[in-house]
Parts: sequence; C-alpha cells; structure tokens
Amino acid sequence: MYQSFISYRGGRWFWISLVLCIGAIGVYAWHDLPQPPGGGTWLGYTLGTIGALLILWLTYLGRRKRNYASKLGTVQGWTSAHVYLGSSLIVIATLHAGFQFGWNVHTLAYVLMLLVIFSGFFGVWAYLRYPEMLSDNTGGKTRGDLYREVAEIDKQIMRQVAQLGSDMETAVASALDRTVVGGGVIAQLTARDDSQVMMPGQGLVANVRQKPILDLVVEQLSQTSHREQASYLREASNLLGARGRLLDRIRRDVQIQGLLRIWLYFHVPLAFACVAALIVHVFAVFVYW
Amino acid sequence: MSGKIKIAVVGSGPGGISAAAHAAELGVPHVLLEATAKHSDTIQKYQKGKHVMAEPNVLPLRSPVPFEQGSREAVLDAWEHSLGQHSVNVRYQARVTAIEGSKGNFTLTINDGEKLEAEHVILGIGVQGNPRKLGVDGDDATFIQYQLDDPDEFRNETIVVVGAGDAAIENALALARHNRVYIVNRRDEFARAKEGNLGAITAAIAGGDLQCFYSTNVVRVDTGDFDDKPGQIVLGTPSGEVQLAVDRVIARLGAVPQRKLVESFGVEFPNEDPSALPVLTTKYESNVAGMYIIGALGGYPLIKQAMNQGYEVVEYILGNSIKPADHPLLEQKFAVMPYALEVDEVLELMQERVPIFSRVNPLVFRELMLDSNILMPEPGEVVFAKNDYTNTFFTILDGSVEIEAGPDLTIKSGQGNFFGEMSLLSGRRRSATVRAGTFCVLIETPRRTMNKLVNSVDAVKRVLDETFILRTIQQRFAPSVPLEDLRPIAKAAKINHYKPGEVVFQEGDRADSLHLIRSGSVTVAKSFDSREIPMAYVAAGNYVGEMGLLGNSDRSATVRATVKTETISLDSGTFLDLLQKSPELLESMRDEVKQRTQQNVRLQADAASGDMLSFLMQQGLGEATDVLLIDKALCVGCDNCEVACAETHGGTSRLNRKAGAVFAHIHVPTSCRHCEDPHCMKDCPPDAIKRSPGGEVFIQDNCIGCGNCEENCPYGVIHMAYKPPKKPGIWSWLLFGAGPGPGQAYGKEEVPQGPDEQKMAVKCDMCLDLAGGPACVRACPTGAALRLSPEDFVDLVSTR
Ligand SMILES: Cc1cc2nc3c(=O)[nH]c(=O)nc-3n(C[C@H](O)[C@H](O)[C@H](O)COP(=O)(O)OP(=O)(O)OC[C@H]3O[C@@H](n4cnc5c(N)ncnc54)[C@H](O)[C@@H]3O)c2cc1C
Ligand code: HEM
Ligand code: HEM
Ligand code: SF4
Ligand code: SF4
Ligand code: SF4
Repeated sequence: MYQSFISYRGGRWFWISLVLCIGAIGVYAWHDLPQPPGGGTWLGYTLGTIGALLILWLTYLGRRKRNYASKLGTVQGWTSAHVYLGSSLIVIATLHAGFQFGWNVHTLAYVLMLLVIFSGFFGVWAYLRYPEMLSDNTGGKTRGDLYREVAEIDKQIMRQVAQLGSDMETAVASALDRTVVGGGVIAQLTARDDSQVMMPGQGLVANVRQKPILDLVVEQLSQTSHREQASYLREASNLLGARGRLLDRIRRDVQIQGLLRIWLYFHVPLAFACVAALIVHVFAVFVYW
Repeated sequence: MSGKIKIAVVGSGPGGISAAAHAAELGVPHVLLEATAKHSDTIQKYQKGKHVMAEPNVLPLRSPVPFEQGSREAVLDAWEHSLGQHSVNVRYQARVTAIEGSKGNFTLTINDGEKLEAEHVILGIGVQGNPRKLGVDGDDATFIQYQLDDPDEFRNETIVVVGAGDAAIENALALARHNRVYIVNRRDEFARAKEGNLGAITAAIAGGDLQCFYSTNVVRVDTGDFDDKPGQIVLGTPSGEVQLAVDRVIARLGAVPQRKLVESFGVEFPNEDPSALPVLTTKYESNVAGMYIIGALGGYPLIKQAMNQGYEVVEYILGNSIKPADHPLLEQKFAVMPYALEVDEVLELMQERVPIFSRVNPLVFRELMLDSNILMPEPGEVVFAKNDYTNTFFTILDGSVEIEAGPDLTIKSGQGNFFGEMSLLSGRRRSATVRAGTFCVLIETPRRTMNKLVNSVDAVKRVLDETFILRTIQQRFAPSVPLEDLRPIAKAAKINHYKPGEVVFQEGDRADSLHLIRSGSVTVAKSFDSREIPMAYVAAGNYVGEMGLLGNSDRSATVRATVKTETISLDSGTFLDLLQKSPELLESMRDEVKQRTQQNVRLQADAASGDMLSFLMQQGLGEATDVLLIDKALCVGCDNCEVACAETHGGTSRLNRKAGAVFAHIHVPTSCRHCEDPHCMKDCPPDAIKRSPGGEVFIQDNCIGCGNCEENCPYGVIHMAYKPPKKPGIWSWLLFGAGPGPGQAYGKEEVPQGPDEQKMAVKCDMCLDLAGGPACVRACPTGAALRLSPEDFVDLVSTR
C-alpha cells in the first residue's frame, strides 16, 4: 500500500537514471574525438548542457514543492526523480569534464555539486531511517503531549516534596526549574542535557539526566527512619525517575527531528552556490573561448 | 393585564416577536411571554459579535419587525427597538409551564403559579430546550445556576459542579483556576466527554486541582447559613452522605427537550423519533384547535422563516387567508413546467399524482417543494449514474424513466413512482443508472428534506422501507424475478438496527438468517484462545451470514457492527423460497462465498492484522468513504500536507497532522473521512453541507456559521474560521516581502473580523476544486500520506 519515494513506481527513476548514466559512459567510451576528452568537445558540450539543465531542474524542486495546487505529478514523484537524477550527475558531470580537474572555477562548481549530492545522500538515509525511530520513540504521542505529561509529573513531585522540609523542596524545585531541553544546534543534535540543580551546600551543579537530584532523594530515603517521610521520598524518587525517562524521550525526539532537517540547511544553500558557480563557469567558458 | 387575551404568544424568539408585533400593530389584545429576562434567548446566546445571516436570501421578509443580516448586537437592538415602537405587551421572566383548555378558553400557567387566560396560543419556543433541573428538594435555591457565562466572574468560592458532560467539565476546569471546585458525577467515569475534556478532567483530578465525587447523586440542597455560606448540598456517595457548605452550585445536566413540555400541552407528535415534528395544518395549527406552532419548534430552522410565520399566523387567527410569503418562490419554481396552473393547483396535482406524497399534510408538502427542484431532462439524459454519491430523492410527476439496475435488469418506471430511495436511506452510492424517458417531469428532493419527512410521517417511512427491501432483494438476489413475485419475501424480511460494537450474530449461534447490510459496516471475527480477532471488514451493500444458511450449520464467526448499522435479514425459510424462485442465485452466491474466503485467507486471521483492523474500526473508519492515513514509518514531519491544505483552502488547514491516534505506525490524523452517512449534515439550518457525486462532503457558501456541524461531527474535523484575505503570489513575496510566504498564515490581527465578516464552518472538501486531487497527498515528499477508501483497508491490513 505505502511506498517510499525510493521505490516510487517500482523505482522508475532509478532505471531512467541508470540508462542515462550507462548511455553517457557508453558514448564516452566509444566516441572518437580529435581532441582529448573534456568540456570543449561536442560530447562535452552535450553532457555539460544536460548536466546544467538537470541542476536547474533539481533546484526547481524547491519551487515545485511549494506549488501546492500544481497538477504536474506529485511531490513524491518529483522527489524520487530528484534523488535518482541528482545522483546521475556524478557520472554526467565527471564525463563532461573529462576528468580534467584543477584549481579553477570550473572545478569549484563541480565540487559544490558533489557536496550538494552527498548532503542529499545523507538526506535520503535520514528520511528512510529516522521516521520509524521517531514514531517508536514517542509511541505516537506528540512532543506537546510529552511536555504536558512532564508538567503533570512536576505538579505531583512538588506535592510530594512539599512535605519534606524546605531544603529538599528548594533543591527539587530548582531541579525542575532548571531542566533544559534542547538549546543550541549542537545541543539539540547530540541530545545534550544542560540541566542544572541548586544542591544544598553546593550551589549550582550540573544535573545530567536528573541523576544528582535523584541521588539526593534516594540518599535521604536511605537515611530516614520516619515512615511517612519515607513514603513521600519513595514516591518522589519514582516520579523523578519517570520524569527523567520522559525527558530523555523528548530530547531524543528533538534530536531525531533535528537530524531529519539539518542536512537541508547545507543542501539548499550549497545548491544555490553551485548554481552560481555554474553560471560563472559557463560564462567563463564562453568569454575565454 | 386583566381579562381575556385574544392571542398569547409563548416565547420571544424571532417567530414570537414578529407575531406579537403584528398583533400589536393590528390592535389585537395580546401578550408575549418570555421565560428569560431578555427577548430572543437563542440569539442572545450566540457568541458575541456573531454575524447573523438572513438566509434563505430569496425569501422576502414579511413582518413589522425589521431583520437583515448583520451583527448579533445590531439585530437584537433592532428587535428591541421594534418591540417598544409597536408597544408590544411583553412579560419577561414568565416561563409557561402548563397550558390547559381549548380554543377560546386556554389557561396558561406561568412559573408554576400565576394563571393567564387566552383565546389562542402561538407557541414559538424554539428547540433549545430548558436546562434540566436537579430534581431534588431545594433545587430552586438562588445559588443554583444552570448556566455559566463567565467563569472568571467568581473567585475564592466553594463551587459544586453537577454533571459529567462536556459543559460540566469545561465549567469545572475553568472555575478551578480561582475557586475550590467539586464535580459530582453520577457514574464511575466520564464516559460521555470528548477526548480532550476527558484527558483534562482526569489530569485535573489526579493533580488535585479539583475534587471529584464519583458514583454520587445529589440528595438535596439546603438554604441557610452554613459556615458563612448561603447553603449546603447533600451528596449520596458510595461511602455515605456528605454535606458540603457551598457558595454556588452549577448544574449542567443537559436540556429537557421542548417536546416533553409541548406534549404536556396536548400537542401530538407522529412517532417517538427525536427528530419528529408536530403535525400542523397549512395554517400552522396543531392538533389542539386554537394552538399554533411556528419557528424552529415547527421544523423551520431559520430566523426569517420564523418571522414570516409569526406574521402569517396572526393573520390566520384573525380569519384572513393570505398567501404565504414563499408564494412567489414556488411560482418561479413551477414556471418551467408545461402546465398552465396556479401554484396551489400544481401542489394539489402533485399530491394527487404521487401516491407517496398523497398522505402528507399540505403544509409539510409545500415546505418540501420549496426545498425541491423540478427537472425536465431530455429523453435519454442520465438523471444519475451508478456509483454516484448523490443522495437526493426523485419522484416522477410525468413521463417515465428507465432504471438500469443490472446487466440484465432494466426497469421502466412511470408517473407517480419514485426512485433514488436506496442512496437516500443507506447513504451509499447509487446502485443503478437512471435515464429519462420522453416528456419526463421529475421532482428532486434533497436528502435532508426527505429525511425530515420520513421521520415525521410514518406512512412515508413504511412505503420507502418496503420498496427499499423489495428492490434490494430483486437487485442483489433475483434480477430475473418480477417484483410482484418477490413481495411476500420482502414482507417477511426484517430491518434490524445495531449500535456501534453491537453483535449481529455470535460464533456458535444457530445460523438461521442472512443479513444484507443496508448502512454502516461490520467486522467478522473469530475467537482464538478466548480472544476475538477480527478477520474481515464488510461494507454496506454486501451480505453476511450466507455461509451458515447454505450449509445449514452453526455460525462460524461473530459479526459486529463497527458503527451505527442497519441490516435487512432474511430467515432461512424465506431464503429457501427465494432460492426456489431464482435458482441461479445459488451459483452466484457460491461465487461470492469463494471470493470472501479468499479474502479471509489473505488476512490470515493473525493477531497483528486483526488488531490493526480493530484499531481502524475504533477510529470510526467503519463509516468512512475516504480517509487520510499517514504511515509514520515514512512521515518526516515536514508538515507539507498541512501547509498544502491551508494554501489551497484560503489559509486554513482542514487537517491536523499532529492530532489523532497511531497504531503500528499507521496514524489517523484529524481530517474528514467523508462519512457514508455524514453526521455533520444533520442539523445544518440552511442545508449547506452537501455531497458531490464523487462522494466529497463539502460546505457551501450559504453556511450561516451556527457551529452545529462542528458539534455534530464525532471526529472533530470541522472548525469555525474567518476567511483570510487572498495571499499575494510567491514572487511578490520573494521579491517585495508582500504578505505571508508560502506555508505561513496571516497573523490573527491581519485577518479582518469586522461586522461584515463571518466565521464560517470549514472542513476538508477533498480538494474538489483542484484538478489534481487531494493537495495533502500530492504534497507529501515521501509518500507517507495517502487517502484510502474502505476497500483498501484489507490491502493495508494484510500488507502490514
Ligand atoms: C449558534 C446558532 C447560530 C444561528 N445562526 C443563524 C443565522 O445566522 N441566521 C438564521 O436565520 N438562523 C440562525 N440560527 C437559527 C435560529 O437561531 C433559529 O432558527 C431561530 O432562533 C428560531 O426562532 P424561534 O422563534 O422559533 O425560537 P427561538 O429563537 O429559539 O426562541 C424561543 C424563545 O422562547 C423562550 N422560551 C422557551 N421555552 C419557553 C417557555 N416555556 N415559556 C416562555 N418562553 C419560553 C426562549 O427563552 C426563547 O427566547 C442559528 C442557531 C444557532 C443555535
Ligand atoms: C551549459 C553547460 C556547460 C557548458 C557549455 C560547459 C562548457 C565547458 C567547457 C567548454 C569546458 C572546457 C573548458 C576548458 O577546457 O578550458 C568545460 C569544462 C569543465 N566543466 Fe563545464 N560546461 C557546462 C556545464 C558544466 C557543469 C554542470 C559542470 C559541473 C558542475 C561543469 C564542470 C566542468 C568542469 C569541472 C570542467 C573541467 C575544467 C577544466 O578543464 O579545468 N560544467 N565546461
Ligand atoms: C546538484 C544537485 C542537487 C540540487 C541542486 C538539489 C537541490 C535541492 C533543492 C533546491 C531542494 C529543495 C529543498 C526545500 O526547498 O526544502 C532539495 C531537496 C532535496 N534533495 Fe536535492 N538537490 C540535488 C541533488 C540531490 C541528490 C543527489 C539527492 C539524493 C540522493 C537529493 C535529495 C534531496 C532530498 C531528499 C530533498 C528533500 C525533499 C523534500 O523534503 O521535499 N538532492 N534539493
Ligand atoms: S465532517 Fe465529520 S461527520 Fe462530516 S463527513 Fe467529515 S468526518 Fe464525517
Ligand atoms: S455548515 Fe455548519 S456552521 Fe455552517 S450553517 Fe451548516 S451547520 Fe451551521
Ligand atoms: S483532501 Fe484537500 S481539503 Fe482535504 S485535507 Fe487534504 S488538502 Fe485538505
């Protein structure tokens, strides 16, 4: 029933791209030229033109994706074609250049293109791998749901610790207050935990995965002989444990969603840079004929 | 006021006001009695600033009281002014609780006390109903209220909220922010509440924001000084009586339907159906002579209709026979017909010629014709095609049609007959193609109008049901047998109704009947290790239980309704009769059984696919015709589907990707399922919700924004929204920064919300106007979003 963009219509675009590549290789291998291979031959011009058109079309995906009423195929079909035809550029462009690389703007365009393509590979890998992990991690709940659960647990924790004297109460309250999810890009992508806690006598310390505060509660629990207090502490430690696990899931959610998106921040700007370099390349070629 | 009044108008809604003003204008002794402190309670309760629409546009207003579309405030002010201008004798806070006597001699009881005499009574009390009271000693205490306008009005009070529905929960939660709140629930859970409210109240109770008494009833309410509070409420809890001193009690126990009250006045309703309307004459008189019913209570759900009737009914009481305001409309409608007759003559002719309408009361028939269309198709023209999703009802006034019901079954149907009842009753696609014959004149009646008729005239219901059964049996089982021969079999068939989840028959029962599913759908389940595992899903139009009948054995599986379902059952004796009449039936049935078995094998009855099927059915997909499902294993969360929907639908997305349940990576987001029998259509005053031949359920521009559909849709897919302004094109955004970009909405303050702007209901229309089809599906880059119809469910479940 469901088909990913990789297997869209039986991998139609895979086969089309394959034929394109093999065709290009075939002609490259069999053609007989007066000059050494490269962009300046008739084959070089042909492959160069194909490549340039492909790049412009690949960039146009960004527009098509936002052309919501378009009747021209589905975005899934476009993505499938994008991925396969985009990959075929490795062959097309390389043959166009006839393996003549150097420190020039031509090669810059080529390198930028490769960067776009390889970031695209990462994207495909991410698109195929992460959605399922995302869904398994949250069990179908939204991040908002998880945050609400945390808020609910927070209330319950505060009700327990309200019975435990002000030191404990401030410590736990500070742990709840200073819980951090996310943060900068790196923190998000690594699911780093920057939470802190105001420990009695120690001041502000890191509270990674809520362990220090949990340790404090457990410590107290082992020391108390007061039955009622023990039950509050036990309940609080259970709740803190559950809260920690929830927070882990939220961080994982932030992380995966970040990974699903981060590559586009390279892919798209690089794509525009590539187009710019390409224009310079073509311009240069005609000017310095 | 003393002495006898000529006309007592009960209820100061638009109908009542118009009637009383007209009586005042003519100098007729009258009184207008209103239960609440202000006129037009129903309209007072619209949300602030609501734009009131004056539908139907074509209907002229006939009333001394002005009415044109505008804000709620403007409309109410104009009426207020008009009441004064005509010196209408209004009495507020005068709830009529009983009416006795007869024409010329009615006695009205006000607020269970004061009596008032009148010669005629006009009831214009609408259908909103009165709040249900606590029904215990002391329930008239001043600190008990049955409505809550502004929860922030109260602070630091002790408040008991009684009730377990959405209104009670919402009130309790809102009050709990600043007050000490208890909620009293008669049952041990909040079963009636919406999902969101259920979650919120259980969380609030667990979190200690408020306290709940479960399985508790109210014993009595005492007034007096209890701990400096005005009273106390006594509760019967499972662990004994509890007394609570309170500042306030808020009872949200739903409304008592007006029907009970109206019946106590002596007015009769044709049957028990909650949507049944009282029988009225063309002059709006009920079965109680001298007692007239107008407006929503009489089945006219729009303001202008109610006002016109108010005017007309006073004229009728005074003995003047005037033409109803809708006369020109009918005249126009009938002008296309090849008869040189007056409107009333045409109506008479129609009732004469079409037996199913002959017993309908002329007022009701007139209303029906106002909603209906006259068609005069060319010979050979298709009236509707097989598998269309339309659901109007046709009667043949002149000429004939040909009904192509099957490959070798073409029926000619002539003057006075009807067709289209199958889709009308089952909500399913058309089961035949109908072509016009020569000189064909047809009356096409919308589904809602027809349903209203079916629910209030038993005779019509009976005829339709019988014909439905007869034609279904012929079409499904015995195409070569003439209808007449099938009549005894149809008589023996029964119509059965099932609630969602109800068992049609149980594995191991004796197989004694076959069920043809007329509407809804069922699952077929087998038990393994005392667990019931659904194996198949059978949609309306198919039958179940034939395996047992053919082999004459016990039921091999349990069949359950997935949603509200109706079946036609044939017992084994009748079925054998049928087999005798139509021997080829056995062969075709064997074929079907074979196919069914193959399907079952594909599903393999393993627990996983069974659970998947159960999940889909729990989400109410048993009544869906087309539903958006997202495969979470492919969804990258880019939100392109939602953005695409918003961008192609005036800036408001009609789907909520984040909401909805997930099972085994299959996600049912909140989006319209285009139900077989759409709940949303039920109470739409201007009948603005329609189904296109392709099955898409959509809302037309004549929506008045009443919000009924939002409430009636069980799947929460309808919103009320302002129309945002048109967005500038993508290039002007890119180059000049004009307006919000693609995928961004206008900010709240950028959407005009002036008095001329109207919140309207919006929902998924399956991109009816887009040549490419559903934008949400087409915009998904990974193929995670698909729209599926129930036929695809088996594939979906078996490939998972
Ligand atoms: C949210 C909403 C929006 C709507 N929007 C529109 C719109 O834009 N345009 C439109 O044309 N229609 C609209 N409608 C429909 C319209 O409100 C009704 O059709 C209309 O109010 C019916 O008028 P009525 O006179 O029959 O009864 P109502 O307006 O319901 O008036 C009945 C009156 O009788 C009083 N009453 C009840 N019981 C008693 C009693 N026992 N004794 C004394 N008095 C009693 C009530 O307090 C009330 O004031 C809307 C309806 C709703 C719910
Ligand atoms: C309209 C399209 C194109 C035209 C007309 C074109 C033309 C040429 C010509 C004439 C040369 C030979 C220059 C020389 O030998 O000095 C060349 C070389 C080259 N082209 Fe293109 N080209 C096009 C597209 C592309 C594209 C899409 C790429 C890859 C991004 C590319 C990358 C290169 C490279 C790497 C070389 C080798 C540079 C070198 O010889 O040092 N070209 N091209
Ligand atoms: C030079 C070649 C390429 C160019 C210029 C290019 C350009 C683009 C652009 C402009 C977008 C639109 C992003 C957006 O608007 O959100 C995009 C998306 C994407 N590209 Fe490429 N791309 C190229 C090659 C590739 C390759 C080789 C792959 C994979 C093998 C790939 C995979 C993707 C994917 C998966 C998306 C996301 C689609 C979506 O989420 O809608 N791209 N690319
Ligand atoms: S709006 Fe709701 S009730 Fe109406 S068809 Fe859609 S899902 Fe069904
Ligand atoms: S579409 Fe909905 S909101 Fe609009 S008039 Fe009908 S029921 Fe009311
Ligand atoms: S089918 Fe069209 S209207 Fe319906 S949810 Fe999808 S995009 Fe929106």
